[in-house]
Amino acid sequence: MNRIDQAFQQKKNILNIYFTAGFPSLNDTTRIIRLLEQSGGVDMIEIGIPYSDPVADGPTIQESNQRAIKNGMTLKKLFEQLSDLRSYCALPIILMGYINPVMQYGIEKFLQKCTEIGIDGTILPDLPFQEFLDDYKALYQKYGIYNIFLISPQTSEERLRKIDTASEGFIYMVSSNSITGAKQKQTEEQIKYFQRIANMNLRNPRLIGFGISNRTTFENACKYAHGAIIGSAFIQLLSKHQDNLEEAIPAFIKEIRG
Amino acid sequence: MFPITQQGYYGEFGGAYIPEMLYPNIEELQKNYLSIIESDDFQKEFRRLLRDYVGRPTPLYYATRLSEHMGFHIYLKREDLCHTGAHKINNTIGQILLAKRLGKKRIVAETGAGQHGVATATVCALMGMECIVFMGELDTKRQKPNVDRMRMLGAKVIPATSGSKTLKDATNEAMRFWINNPVDTHYIIGSVVGPHPYPDMVARFHAVISEEIAQQLQSSVGRSEPDYVLACVGGGSNAAGAFYHFYQNSKTKLIGLEAGGHGIHSGMTAATIAVGRVGVLHGSKSLVIQTEDGQVIEPHSISAGLDYPGIGPLHAWLAKSGAASYFPITDEEAMRAGLLCTRLEGIIPAIETAHALAYLPKLNAQSHEIAVVNLSGRGDKDLTTYINYFEEKNML
Ligand SMILES: Cc1ncc(COP(=O)(O)O)c(C=O)c1O
Repeated sequence: MNRIDQAFQQKKNILNIYFTAGFPSLNDTTRIIRLLEQSGGVDMIEIGIPYSDPVADGPTIQESNQRAIKNGMTLKKLFEQLSDLRSYCALPIILMGYINPVMQYGIEKFLQKCTEIGIDGTILPDLPFQEFLDDYKALYQKYGIYNIFLISPQTSEERLRKIDTASEGFIYMVSSNSITGAKQKQTEEQIKYFQRIANMNLRNPRLIGFGISNRTTFENACKYAHGAIIGSAFIQLLSKHQDNLEEAIPAFIKEIRG
Repeated sequence: MFPITQQGYYGEFGGAYIPEMLYPNIEELQKNYLSIIESDDFQKEFRRLLRDYVGRPTPLYYATRLSEHMGFHIYLKREDLCHTGAHKINNTIGQILLAKRLGKKRIVAETGAGQHGVATATVCALMGMECIVFMGELDTKRQKPNVDRMRMLGAKVIPATSGSKTLKDATNEAMRFWINNPVDTHYIIGSVVGPHPYPDMVARFHAVISEEIAQQLQSSVGRSEPDYVLACVGGGSNAAGAFYHFYQNSKTKLIGLEAGGHGIHSGMTAATIAVGRVGVLHGSKSLVIQTEDGQVIEPHSISAGLDYPGIGPLHAWLAKSGAASYFPITDEEAMRAGLLCTRLEGIIPAIETAHALAYLPKLNAQSHEIAVVNLSGRGDKDLTTYINYFEEKNML
């Protein structure tokens, strides 16, 4: 069974943490994975493949991408760093990135490598749903990798149903009409949207992402979905405490979990 | 007219590689753009504005001294005489009329040289719409007069400070703004780039250029097909318009000129067809100047309007299929051609346009043959760059 499905079967209030590979330093990738796992409060990890032009990302993640590229991070390098991932980490791991670096690496080679290492899923925000179905789905199935799709407040009900039917793992609910970036609280309009989706009885579990930054926004998201994803706020933490990740990461997770 | 599939592909190039957050906007455009722009009501208003406001048809001018100098017949299609000084306004008029029909209240755009930004700010003033233009911080400095024009026109110019601070990053910022404001905003892309249907839509709005060339040539020399059409290519919109009605006509050779910068092997170039590889940038699959790992490389051109690491999918496909040819022109060749055109014809071309003129000596045309150069814009915005360059080289 895919580790993502397992997590949703066994746990509630899933906390998924995003960070950019190769940030703050090139070799921090595996160190951060270990610290997240050891914290005991994290259920899933999303590792960002850095890209020069991340259009769906706000300033925080843009900067971490830039810095990781400067540090020398590439997809090839990331796979090298993760080669013994499954010797120290049992959590579901998802690679998040833009389609161009994956295309240059070669999609089949990429999926093959994911299986070999024990990656469970991918999120490629600029790979269109229809293109995935037409050109990628068969390969994903061959290698047993899930591709996670995004929905936004603007997604029509009809399209949502289609995405739900084709999805595996979970549906990534973008919390508002927005690029990524930490926000302090959620608006009434967002809550209405969370509620609307919760009432649709989708077959897939949902995680809410974008703008989740602290305990309040996390707990609020958990009321309407199966958990949430924290990205920019965690990247900010990494920037601020890069010399002391061993203490800062567990403290951050503890603060979110309460 | 260029063949495009339902999904927006020219051969393997095109498509709509956009985050789900923009899907409703792109779907709305895909579903409606053809029926809107082909409607009588739209065409009437579009044609009227092109005539009375933009000043079309623009002249097809027989360049006597330049022809003598080169040894064959040269016509200049005077897009520099369009209101605002470049071809860009053909597209912004079309798109603002579309935006109005879609009920949008606000316009966002990206700009490199500032010509598209000015053309967008202009039509927003004309239609009373709010206008936000992202421009690379670096470009706000090298194209200052256009920043001031946009501000006077009432647009809010926001410097793009991310990445390399040029056109590529301005485009990222405009897309991010659109993601954050999807309901009331229309994004007016400035070239035949971006997700489907932009490349096809923008090409259609510029098709008037080749439509006029064919008619004007017919009435002046009794044939509608030139032997050559030359145009500079950044994203490729003025070239798309100049090629549009000559595509698949066996008599006319279509030639696009890219910014070679310091030379295509120098690492300082914007010649995407020469050095790019297949990839995805700004919503479409096309050729992209990038590293082996798929990171987009910041290009170089002396001309801000050609300083772009991608190219419209249409041109990637025209190049691959051999239906058009593309050649790189260095900064130096372009600057010299700009000066030559100025001294022989009294026309100061934009540095972008000068890239097209620079190919004339290499064309090897017969003395009876006719070449049309799409004079995409005027060079007022480039005076500082021209003068500094010529003074440094003692060319004035
Ligand atoms: C005068 C002029 N010509 C050409 C271009 C390049 O754009 P395109 O290749 O879309 O025509 C620009 C862009 O700013 C321009 O200002």
